[in-house]
Amino acid sequence: MEGDLAHIGAGLAAIGSGAAAIGVGNVAGNFLAGALRNPSAAASQTATLFIGIAFAEALGIFAFLVALLLMFAV
Amino acid sequence: MASEAHAADKAAEHAAEGGSLVFHPMDQFIVKPLFGDGAVGMFTITNSTLWMGLAVLAIIGLLVLSTSKRAIVPGRMQSIAELAYGFIYKMVEDICGKDGVKYFPYVMTLFMFIVTANFLGLLPKSFTTTSHFAVTMVLALAVFLTVTILGFVKNGAGFLSLFWVSSAPLALRPILAIIELISYFVRPVSHSIRLAGNVMAGHAVIKVFAGFAAIAAISPVSVLAITAMYGLEVLVAFIQAYVFTILTCVYLKDALHPHH
Repeated sequence: MEGDLAHIGAGLAAIGSGAAAIGVGNVAGNFLAGALRNPSAAASQTATLFIGIAFAEALGIFAFLVALLLMFAV
Repeated sequence: MASEAHAADKAAEHAAEGGSLVFHPMDQFIVKPLFGDGAVGMFTITNSTLWMGLAVLAIIGLLVLSTSKRAIVPGRMQSIAELAYGFIYKMVEDICGKDGVKYFPYVMTLFMFIVTANFLGLLPKSFTTTSHFAVTMVLALAVFLTVTILGFVKNGAGFLSLFWVSSAPLALRPILAIIELISYFVRPVSHSIRLAGNVMAGHAVIKVFAGFAAIAAISPVSVLAITAMYGLEVLVAFIQAYVFTILTCVYLKDALHPHH
């Protein structure tokens, strides 16, 4: 086995992707719950849905960035 | 990029060791000169240059050639061009308002370039330009600079009210101002890495499954997995271009109307 502590850290940082997945799932799930109650209002809110998903995903991206830095820059 | 050279070294090491995969999944992202084997410099024509050029040619083909006849009843190509135009126009109008429509050509350019580069990257043996942080960072920084300069030109010092949340209690406002300031400067980072990260990760996953296809026992599963991932990637290629564009619109809206 090769690799050092930085690789372990990169693996740990990947946990952040899972957390981002929970966040994105929350946004999409709540959107669907709301959309099924009032389907006529759903179409006008898809842009908001994607903005919400993008913001929830941003924090997961930072975890990914940390993993990349640990893999290639440390 | 130094990290890419590093990745290339790793891939070479990996191949030399005879790792479990036939090829390294990150090999597809190596930037190579098109002619000869020299070092990649500032003006070297690389495979990245080639595929960016092809993306531009494809956009010209779609938007200029297909609409040159201007048929009343549009053909297939003209329909796609009109659909793309209407889609982005409505997005800009909905999010930025009527006065944001002026910036529609910029947003349309961004969307068409990203979506075409993403789709071209899905062709077998091609190179995905948008999987490189260097490429997406340039696009995101261009948006960031445009929006910041535009905000100050349009609103003067009033643009700073973006950071001063007037709907919050007075005691909280300085703390919120710091948080808003940080989130403002982090924008180009998340904006660019979201696109490159998603595209890169998807392509790497496809290559990992392709590596498993060499093992006879699990090759049918792996071929199915590649097909499924490919379908997902077609979706991701479009959605990530859409998200990049919609965030550009949101940032533009902040610059035009900074008051919360």
